[in-house]
Amino acid sequence: MAVADSLNKRKKMMLWSGIIILLAIVVLPMSGYLVTGFNESQQQSAEPTNPRADTWRQVRRGNEGYTAVTGQEANELIQGSGETWRQVRNGPMATYGSWFLGFVLVAILAFYTMRGQVKLTHPRTGETVERWTLNERRLHWTTAVLFILLTITGLSLLYGRAVLIPLLGYPGFSAYANVAKFMHNTLGPVFMIALFGILIKFFRHNFFNKVDLEWFKAYGGMVGDNHPHAGRMNGGEKVWYWALATAGVALCFSGLVLDFPNFGQEREVIQLAHVIHLTTALMLIAFSFGHIYIGTIGTEGALEGMTTGQVDVAWAEQHHDLWLQEMREKSNNRSSDASD
Amino acid sequence: MARMKFLCDAERCIECNACVTACKNEHEVPWGINRRRVVTIDDGHHGDEKSISVACMHCSDAPCQAVCPVDCFYTTPEGVVLHDKDICIGCGYCFYACPFGAPQYPQEGAFGARGKMDKCTFCAGGPEEDNSQAELDKYGRNRLAEGKLPLCAEMCSTKALLAGDGDIVADLFRNRVVRRGGRPDNWGWDTAYKEQL
Repeated sequence: MAVADSLNKRKKMMLWSGIIILLAIVVLPMSGYLVTGFNESQQQSAEPTNPRADTWRQVRRGNEGYTAVTGQEANELIQGSGETWRQVRNGPMATYGSWFLGFVLVAILAFYTMRGQVKLTHPRTGETVERWTLNERRLHWTTAVLFILLTITGLSLLYGRAVLIPLLGYPGFSAYANVAKFMHNTLGPVFMIALFGILIKFFRHNFFNKVDLEWFKAYGGMVGDNHPHAGRMNGGEKVWYWALATAGVALCFSGLVLDFPNFGQEREVIQLAHVIHLTTALMLIAFSFGHIYIGTIGTEGALEGMTTGQVDVAWAEQHHDLWLQEMREKSNNRSSDASD
Repeated sequence: MARMKFLCDAERCIECNACVTACKNEHEVPWGINRRRVVTIDDGHHGDEKSISVACMHCSDAPCQAVCPVDCFYTTPEGVVLHDKDICIGCGYCFYACPFGAPQYPQEGAFGARGKMDKCTFCAGGPEEDNSQAELDKYGRNRLAEGKLPLCAEMCSTKALLAGDGDIVADLFRNRVVRRGGRPDNWGWDTAYKEQL
């Protein structure tokens, strides 16, 4: 009997422990509800904030409500970032922007009066070498013309109210601004395509190397009479390239955000894009002043490279000696190949 | 002279949208444009729900006016901010700057190109001759010139939306608050007029 008793006891224990384990499996995961329930009850007890004040706090934060009226962001009662955008655009951007552009122009003028044109140090040889192919020149001038048109129309929208309304009057400036806005919005994407063409075409020529470091140390031959070495692109041209590849690309993409409101981008996004567009545009316009100066009156014999495609060998020797050497080696190889 | 102001009493607004409809009808506002809208906060949350009717608040230092590249806005002696549609170029800047989302644009052309801006005129028309056909076509009725106040507020069944001389509007609202208790929530006044009650 004692044996049977102990057997029964063991069976009972097994049964009970089995039940307890099963219960634990079911109940333990439920304890999560205890925690959330506790938290909820705590939150409810911490309610004494004024519900009406909460409503106004929500409104000030620009939380969205419901409205039966359709329209962009119509369900937002108030947006605070517009005032910030206004202060930034009308204040520092417009003010310092105009000072900055003016300063760059005055600096270039001062430099020109002091240094004068960088003349050819050796007389022209009459022999020329092709610097820019026809396609490269087409690409350059397309981009250049578009850049200038976009600069004029864009600056008109920023400064026209202060500068052009006193000259043209309200209806006159409005008529012009209407055309300017249309041109800016239409030519912008075309400029983007042209700019990307240039960035792709000249990409492999624009990696910085040791030669550029020496070029910068000698101020690119702009100051004094020494002629630093340079390949096809000198250090300055490479800086211009990378300015366009960074600020220029940011300019294009921020422009697209502004140009296509049909995608319903929010005002905060548009305001940010506008500030980026303004900053990069002002930077590149200032940069372009320098680029245009160096390419035209600043350097004797530079412009003809971009108009006719040919530069004098004396010019190439002075400004892009390593490139000229390279070209000569190539043509020597070709002529020696031909004579073989 | 009176300084015109809007005030929407959120304790009274029942989101009937009569102001929206009245405005649209009175001024024959084109399809897709609403000069006024009613926004409901905490919609469907019993007890927390608050509705506010909002349009151009005719700000004292109007951001739209400040950023307009063609300077087409002007403030009347009564403090109403109006604009000249013959000058407006539809650039969208006023919409970016406005805290109340008041400026609206008819779509003109592809890619969301904007037409000339349209917004609440406080029923005061525009720069054209008062109550002329040209004014009616471009800006809607000029009720102020007829000695009347904005129709949205006139039509408001609970008198939640008040429009008129800012001092009188403030007195009316202050009386209400005194009688019913609670804080005066004259929504938008600190933004638009840089002042509380």
